[in-house]
Amino acid sequence: MSGADNEAPDVKPGRLNPSAYAHVFDDIGPPLSPRETLIEAARCHFCHDAPCVEACPTGIDIPSFIGKIRTGNLKGSAIDILSANIFGGTCARVCPVEELCEEACVRTTGENKPVKIGMLQRHAVDALMKAGPQPFTRAADSGKTVAIVGAGPAGLACAHRLAMLGHKVDVYEARAKPGGLNEHGIAAYKVPDIFAQKEVAWLLGIGGITIHNNKALGRNVTLDELRKKYPAVFIGAGLQATQKLGLEDEALEGVEDAVGYIERLRQAEDLSALPVGRRVVVIGGGNTAIDIAIQSKRLGAEDVTLAYRRGPEQMGATAHEQHLAQIEGVNLKHWLAPVRLIGWRGKVKEIEFTYTRLDDAGKLVMTEARTRLLADRVFKAIGQVLVKDPFDGNAREPLAIKSGKLVVNDDRETSLPGVYAGGDCTATGSDLTVRAVEDGKRAAIAIDRRLRS
Amino acid sequence: MADLRCTIAGVSSPNPFWLASAPPTDKEYNVVRAFKAGWGGVVWKTLGEDPPIVNTCSRYGAMSLNGSRMVGFNNIELITDRPLEINLQEIKRVRRDWPDRAMVVSLMVPCEEKNWAAILKRVEETDADAVELNFGCPHGMSERGMGAAVGQVPEYIEMVTRWCKQHSRMPVFVKLTPNVTDILKPARAAKQGGADAVSLINTINSIMAVNLDSMAPEPEVDGKGSHGGFCGPAVKPIALHMVAEIARNADTRGLPISGIGGISTWRDAAEFIALGSGSVQVCTAAMHHGFKIVEDMADGLSNWMDQKGYRALDDFKGRAARNVSDWKFLNMNFKTIAAIDQDSCIKCGLCYIACEDTSHQAISKSRDNGHRRYEVIEDECVGCNLCLHVCPVDHCITMKRVDQGLPSVGWVDDPRNPQRRSANPSSA
Ligand SMILES: Cc1cc2nc3c(=O)[nH]c(=O)nc-3n(C[C@H](O)[C@H](O)[C@H](O)COP(=O)(O)OP(=O)(O)OC[C@H]3O[C@@H](n4cnc5c(N)ncnc54)[C@H](O)[C@@H]3O)c2cc1C
Ligand SMILES: Cc1cc2nc3c(=O)[nH]c(=O)nc-3n(C[C@H](O)[C@H](O)[C@H](O)COP(=O)(O)O)c2cc1C
Ligand code: SF4
Ligand code: SF4
Ligand code: SF4
Repeated sequence: MSGADNEAPDVKPGRLNPSAYAHVFDDIGPPLSPRETLIEAARCHFCHDAPCVEACPTGIDIPSFIGKIRTGNLKGSAIDILSANIFGGTCARVCPVEELCEEACVRTTGENKPVKIGMLQRHAVDALMKAGPQPFTRAADSGKTVAIVGAGPAGLACAHRLAMLGHKVDVYEARAKPGGLNEHGIAAYKVPDIFAQKEVAWLLGIGGITIHNNKALGRNVTLDELRKKYPAVFIGAGLQATQKLGLEDEALEGVEDAVGYIERLRQAEDLSALPVGRRVVVIGGGNTAIDIAIQSKRLGAEDVTLAYRRGPEQMGATAHEQHLAQIEGVNLKHWLAPVRLIGWRGKVKEIEFTYTRLDDAGKLVMTEARTRLLADRVFKAIGQVLVKDPFDGNAREPLAIKSGKLVVNDDRETSLPGVYAGGDCTATGSDLTVRAVEDGKRAAIAIDRRLRS
Repeated sequence: MADLRCTIAGVSSPNPFWLASAPPTDKEYNVVRAFKAGWGGVVWKTLGEDPPIVNTCSRYGAMSLNGSRMVGFNNIELITDRPLEINLQEIKRVRRDWPDRAMVVSLMVPCEEKNWAAILKRVEETDADAVELNFGCPHGMSERGMGAAVGQVPEYIEMVTRWCKQHSRMPVFVKLTPNVTDILKPARAAKQGGADAVSLINTINSIMAVNLDSMAPEPEVDGKGSHGGFCGPAVKPIALHMVAEIARNADTRGLPISGIGGISTWRDAAEFIALGSGSVQVCTAAMHHGFKIVEDMADGLSNWMDQKGYRALDDFKGRAARNVSDWKFLNMNFKTIAAIDQDSCIKCGLCYIACEDTSHQAISKSRDNGHRRYEVIEDECVGCNLCLHVCPVDHCITMKRVDQGLPSVGWVDDPRNPQRRSANPSSA
């Protein structure tokens, strides 16, 4: 046992100087100045058949919107963006552009310096959001109402598009507030200043969308009831359960799901009241792991170690995110798999890892070698999973589920006609805000076609 | 190290870089700073008769392009706004203190022989090297019958130049306005009047922009504006053409030229010299970046000359003028075809859409395993260079010469020309 054995685990609120909290989650990528924006916009070549457009899951006409920034037509620019992606404001802040539009930019090919598409998108959308209401109007009322489950980006993008197309929408949201992970999950420093809330309110300005908070599918209403009451249903419920480490003592106090903690952090009225561990260990290799590590560090954790069982190339987090974590002072360790949690009076105190490696066949294997890290808090960030009950268990006619996700076709229609789904609860792409928006938009277009045929 | 010394119309300077007559040469203070920085000479800001003119407030307009400031510049200023005597005293002092630099004095007075005779006499007393007759100022002064109002009438140019030669021992530079349809006419007139050299170009009539809020042209003076003189990098092509015309035309060839218009770098200067300029003059670039730019101008020109094996300016002066030709003598059998270097191509598609929408549909687009591919359709390519110019990657598109096995033939002799010389021997 290590020498720290007789020390109590150190988890407490208020690790920072009280005045520091006001700026602890300041914008990680502050906006470009108007002049920087023009210079950056001038870097866009206005490509024909632009590779960046293809790489944007929502297919924003990027050369067009950048060209309009250049001419000072900011409104036209923002409408180009928003007509493809109503969450253009959030996406401009949270998209991992280095693996989407900016990776495909021909300036990446040419000089490894893409046009800062995300930043330019933000410039145009922010200007329009600041200037006034969302710019779209509703088509003549179709007399139809569609049900949506989940007010995350998938559900709300679907709702907004349906509203544009003339339908009414009832959104059933399990939580007390709409926004999904925009509001409860995304790192605070990416969307500071209650941006997510403002964006939802702005988007709802189109009218015709009613959100029923605290109404969960499976708890307050069933899929069968929705199908009976509405001519079409869209499910954008995300992934509400988390993976377990599968270790003994996982119930020790201080062993937590990263997403749960982030949700509390995002909703905290007073960040200085949030308990923070002195030595934090994060298990996982995706962006959630990076986010919890950075946010813990910013809240005053002394040592934050992110332990991943494979190498840097296999991490789900992009190279950019890994780099960011290192800049923020997070210690990244690879080839470590947790094998044992060690407690002290019911609280976690230490965690033991085995070193891993790839065998000759490229399979991950555990070695005999072990190591331990002191940990006042252990965050699990090894993935979220679908809560299936409302879709198979409870439903009279269950939805097809494959590899833990709802099965949908190109129109985002599930195995049940008239029931559509998108976002994280489906497998149409990586679990990203921008993909959820695209799913919602596509489903809305298909639903509209269905309702009008 | 190449020798940058320059002599033009009897005026020598340690290098060919002169400041053009404009605010940078407005007074002793500026000119001394310029000489300290290394400028080879100045053309003093245009002098006129007392009482001095009065300028408006708000004088300059500028054009930015994609974040680059002042790619074009314009002004509605007039000639010097200081008393003649003060200017003359300062010129005299600077002349004395900086004997190795070119000191040329720009002049503009009403179109009467006695007025010119009077001012020339006073300038001579300063020991200046030469005078430059400002027949170019396109705004304000021209409304008073001076500047471009003289420069646009060849007879006046000839007349005033002749007066100046008669009333002065100093070499006379005639500064030409580009606001004419044929620059040869004023150049010939200057030559006939006895000019020792021409300086060109002065500024071009222009409205810089329209302010869409106030609905007035820029620069704006209390809600109104008048046209001003355009200069800066954007005017260089116009100036080069005019310099080349004078340098290559039979009856103006050999007339010393001080080249002006959009010169910002040693490379611009080298182009003017290659087209026949003896010295070059700079205004906007100095107003944009200060006098220090002359360091790179001198250094860069010298290094380039060393690399090319030119020891003195005369070694390459006018070399490019020989290759400026009438269209009708260009080889009609010269053929090039665009070639795309697939390894450096970044797949922006600009060459394709430019050729497809506006040229000869000579570039194909396809997908190879999902990867974009743009290729030249050689049979359709007319060698126009459009793709080469739109391609954002340097040297990615090149024009490859195709040997047709045909002799060099200009349109004058081309069999496809119904009026070719051999078809109509008398017209040759
Ligand atoms: C910590 C974290 C950080 C992330 N960072 C990024 C990032 O930087 N960039 C990025 O692009 N993506 C990021 N993501 C992923 C992104 O947030 C999701 O891909 C996206 O939010 C998915 O949208 P959704 O609408 O499908 O689901 P969600 O956003 O999860 O929304 C689902 C909504 O449905 C509600 N709901 C769930 N079940 C029910 C039910 N039974 N009845 C009624 N309502 C229900 C939920 O309360 C929620 O409001 C991150 C995810 C996490 C967890
Ligand atoms: C503000 C300003 C004032 C000028 N005043 C004069 C002048 O008094 N006399 C003159 O001959 N040219 C004058 N010019 C023209 C310049 O000497 C020069 O011919 C012209 O600007 C082109 O050179 P550039 O492109 O290097 O500026 C002026 C130009 C500017 C910008
Ligand atoms: S939505 Fe995201 S991926 Fe699409 S252009 Fe904007 S920043 Fe890029
Ligand atoms: S690929 Fe890059 S340069 Fe081309 S249009 Fe897109 S952002 Fe502009
Ligand atoms: S313009 Fe140049 S870089 Fe762009 S596709 Fe054509 S050859 Fe390639």
